[in-house]
Amino acid sequence: MGNFFHAVGDIATNTSAYRNAIIVAVVLLFAASGELIAEKAGTINISLEAMMLAGAFSAAIGVDITHSVWIGLVCACVAGFLVAAVQANMSHRLPADQFVVGLVLNVLVLGLVGFLTSSIKPKSAVVRRVKIPLLSRPPLLGPALFDQPWVLYLVYPLIPLVWFLIYRTRWGLEVRAVGEDPNASDVSGLHVNKLRRQTIYLTGLLAGLGGGYFLFARAGKFEDSLIGGRGYIAIAAVIFGGWTLKGAIAGCVTFGLIGSFVLTIPSLGYQGIDPAFLAIAPNVVTIVAMAVFAKRVRQPGALARPFIRGLK
Amino acid sequence: MSDVGEHIVTEPEEDEVASAALQRSRFGITGEVIALYAICVFVALAIAAICVAATGGSWVNVYTAILDGSIRKPGRWGLTLGVSAPILLVALGTVVNGRAGLVNIGQEGQLVMGSCFASYVAVRLGGPGPMVLIIAMLCGIVGGAIWAGIAGALRYYRNVPEVLSTLLMGTVAQNLMGWGLRKPWLLLAPAAGRANRNQVSEPLNSHTRIPRVTWFGNEFPISVLVALVLCIGVWVVLDRSVIGFRLRMLGRNPKTAQRSGVAERRYGIGAMLVSGAFAGLAGGIMLAGGDFGNYQLVANFGAGIGFAGLLAALVARQRVIVLLFVAFLFGCMRTGTGFLTATGVSGRVSDVVQGLLVLSLLLPPAILYVRERRRALSATSTRV
Repeated sequence: MGNFFHAVGDIATNTSAYRNAIIVAVVLLFAASGELIAEKAGTINISLEAMMLAGAFSAAIGVDITHSVWIGLVCACVAGFLVAAVQANMSHRLPADQFVVGLVLNVLVLGLVGFLTSSIKPKSAVVRRVKIPLLSRPPLLGPALFDQPWVLYLVYPLIPLVWFLIYRTRWGLEVRAVGEDPNASDVSGLHVNKLRRQTIYLTGLLAGLGGGYFLFARAGKFEDSLIGGRGYIAIAAVIFGGWTLKGAIAGCVTFGLIGSFVLTIPSLGYQGIDPAFLAIAPNVVTIVAMAVFAKRVRQPGALARPFIRGLK
Repeated sequence: MSDVGEHIVTEPEEDEVASAALQRSRFGITGEVIALYAICVFVALAIAAICVAATGGSWVNVYTAILDGSIRKPGRWGLTLGVSAPILLVALGTVVNGRAGLVNIGQEGQLVMGSCFASYVAVRLGGPGPMVLIIAMLCGIVGGAIWAGIAGALRYYRNVPEVLSTLLMGTVAQNLMGWGLRKPWLLLAPAAGRANRNQVSEPLNSHTRIPRVTWFGNEFPISVLVALVLCIGVWVVLDRSVIGFRLRMLGRNPKTAQRSGVAERRYGIGAMLVSGAFAGLAGGIMLAGGDFGNYQLVANFGAGIGFAGLLAALVARQRVIVLLFVAFLFGCMRTGTGFLTATGVSGRVSDVVQGLLVLSLLLPPAILYVRERRRALSATSTRV
């Protein structure tokens, strides 16, 4: 145990640990901010994982063909959107169960990506670090937040944008209404399933973008284990954060820190801490948090309840 | 019977016409259902074929290889049966919790837990082989049931959605097995006779393995027969007993169930326990059955069987008898990959085919439901 606290101490003063933490936190944040909107509308998208993986894969393909990171990111968005379109239309236009569809999509996309990478091997792409002057000056947190591959900076405008969208637009109000009480929203003239589909499309765009970002920020080389369950952790972050944007950010940063432990501890020369425990930490923390707070936190009233007009 | 027939015949003419029209439309609906399923499956297979062709492979060869590897070549359908048995067991458990209106998607983790418990006991316990085997299987059942039971208890005592807790605990189980396979006092086999530090557990003794039988040149473990018996048992309990009826009531409407005397907690948690128990048993027979590796645990032992079972249950839409065929189909998808390497196409293609098939089988019921509703709505609107 003493060993563990030494490791924590070393990591707390290690610049690259902070950097890793932010890189992981940001990929979670891309996905979680989309998922937050979708859950506000009362849907849960297990297919978040598939959206991210599809995004990362098509970003790799896009950049391989065009040598432009921007086009890679656009490809990522498109791929995420396509997965989202299947999820949205099957579970909120047709009455297929959303968990079933999400799960099948995860299996399908993982299989498809694995199959395609075995025959197409996209070359790796490196995105250079951009240092933002002044802001990157303070030790530890400065370089972690403002001396990173430039694709990471896309998340900074995104967060206020998502907040504005949810809490300060008519569309956001409608989305929240649909998530709280679909029957009442329906009676007052909102198209419940259409709004839900729109939130899922948005989730697909953001999660795809997140997948693309992670490809460029992490290694540049695509493997089918790149996302490796981070979609599930992003969903966990939204729940952990109690369905608020602030909470989701806190969840992403917490899980990012834990993720960074996994990467940094071996490089600092600690052997005693088994990586398995760090890998399961986000899941355990989320389950415990849910068990402790689930009765107190207000979740969207109709979360995970499909809406079919005329049925309760 | 004849009495009823006469009654219909003596009905006035208009009713006869109406019943004929009803019959015709019923025929039409059956035809529609079959056509829909056929179209969807065909489209799924076509998309998979296009994927193969686009990457430079031959789709004819791929489908031939999957057929050869799963059924046609001698000795292969025995292997397919051996692989299908755990898929069937996992799916049976999923049907139980599905009937109770619960969504368990962590079967992979429950299966892994079951196999870990079974392996730990089977390697350490001394005594006559069959007894050790049975105790190990029971421990597997307990392991899976505990893992699902936690989620069930959290659902009913702390309001934690069981979908998310089972999903998250799946990863936890897999990592715990990885950890156990690094600790000699848990699962890791003693280092003697092993050059590298592979993460493997000690193989089961030859007398604590599930006996294998040979029928028509196809060898499979007798756990296949056990799975079939359990399948019938689950069908009887779910479709022909009070317990099954209560579970269904709970799934359809918990409030009604509560009013008519179904203890929600007891039945709900019970359904989760049974579901996990089936997954745990599947893990146990994977370990002792011999169709998955060398009677020992390795990293990534679950091999997606838990997910396959879950998908099978979803495709069969909780009907136990349909499940038999779907589980066998999914078994075919797995054993079919054995012959794929000769075609030069990656074995991952079977995941693609399987995923597309499942997706396409989800569509027809959804489409039919929508059409039925439209029909009903238009009928009421013309009447009013």
